[in-house]
Amino acid sequence: MWNWSGASHLTWLNGLAMLIGTVIVLLLALGVVTYTIYAQRKILGWMQGRIGPNRLGPFGLMQTIADILKLLIKEDIIPEKADRSLFLLAPILAFVPSFMVLSVIPFSRTHVFTANISIGLLFYIALSAITIHGVMLGGWASNNKYALIGGMRSAAQMLSYEVPLGMSVLGVALMAGSLNLNTIVMSQHTGWWNIVPQFLGFCIFLVASTAELNRTPFDLPEAESELIAGYHIEYSGFRMAFFMLTEYVYLFAMAALCATLFLGGWSGPFLPGWLWFAIKVFAFIFFQFWIQNTMPRIRADHLMSFSWKVLLPLSLFNIVLTAVFKTIV
Amino acid sequence: MPSYWNGYLFVVLFIIFGILLPVAALWVIGPILRPNNPTKSKRGTYESGLEPIGDAHVRYNARYYLFALMFVVFDVETLFLYPWAVSFKQLGHFALVEMLIFVALLVVGLIYAWRKKVLEWT
Repeated sequence: MWNWSGASHLTWLNGLAMLIGTVIVLLLALGVVTYTIYAQRKILGWMQGRIGPNRLGPFGLMQTIADILKLLIKEDIIPEKADRSLFLLAPILAFVPSFMVLSVIPFSRTHVFTANISIGLLFYIALSAITIHGVMLGGWASNNKYALIGGMRSAAQMLSYEVPLGMSVLGVALMAGSLNLNTIVMSQHTGWWNIVPQFLGFCIFLVASTAELNRTPFDLPEAESELIAGYHIEYSGFRMAFFMLTEYVYLFAMAALCATLFLGGWSGPFLPGWLWFAIKVFAFIFFQFWIQNTMPRIRADHLMSFSWKVLLPLSLFNIVLTAVFKTIV
Repeated sequence: MPSYWNGYLFVVLFIIFGILLPVAALWVIGPILRPNNPTKSKRGTYESGLEPIGDAHVRYNARYYLFALMFVVFDVETLFLYPWAVSFKQLGHFALVEMLIFVALLVVGLIYAWRKKVLEWT
């Protein structure tokens, strides 16, 4: 199997290929985010009996691009009382790991554009935790009470759901005997997709990832009706856009991780690998929008106890079950 | 071995581009495009249209501290389980028993925290 990053020596050609690969993934992420937001507005519109954006371009396809351009020419306001340096640092600290996690996702069979490193899964879980710092610092540095509460809630929620998320993917690591995401896909390519033998792990992953992404019904950190916008309330213009970008890049990355771990990644009959991957990613994203439209927001005390009292014991049980199963079979 | 490092070089490229994008958008292109007219009331802190009362840099609920402690315990546990999961096939049955004891110890910890009502959010 040939790939950009796995060639034997570092040559200029090889390095250039990696550079191009990085730029392509960056553009891919930005494009996917732009049209995820469009798809979200369209799908939510249809589910509520509305049309959704339909003015700019055919079917309103240019709507999000216009929104981004509008954000770019908005004034950048830094509150007087804010901790200036931390306020400026927070969006970058939140964004960088969200883009970095994409570096280990195998997008297609030949593993183009991404790093084939042996600790891929651990790398993803470890890096995605760094974003909490950006969110919490942003909330604290704003010196605004809503932002502080939003940032703190975010941190508590992400900490609580990080544990079941990390444990639910352990079952997959046990099945494949590797943390390399490409090896995990290969192990599913020859046998069952992990969603069948790891169904419990998949359910835990689905709930925990929804909470990690701060999406409804776990959107307490940015509950519009009580906290206005949560941690990014004092941010304006493109700084706010970077927080939104982080959120949607994570949605894409989490969908890609879910597809890789549980839905067989690029493997599938007839269609080319990258298309299968895109279909699975979109299925995950659609599911997120679907429950966003169906579920009311959960209560704060229920949120925390659900993670520690239900998901954590279940994920421990899943690990033991998988290990015993692997020993017997 | 060179291919091993190539993977991480790729990750370094991702860090560089991940930092370059916000820096370029916020410090290079942004200042050219956006207006800059800060006034006193614009730079005030938002508090539902009222004059903000007090400061938000306060000491926050200690309840968060307990959850952070719980997180450290269980996240480190997860971290120990990762290498075990990867080499499970080679290690054999003895590793299974060892892991069961390890998980059981932490379940006892969880039950203790549960009984102590650490998990209640009030």
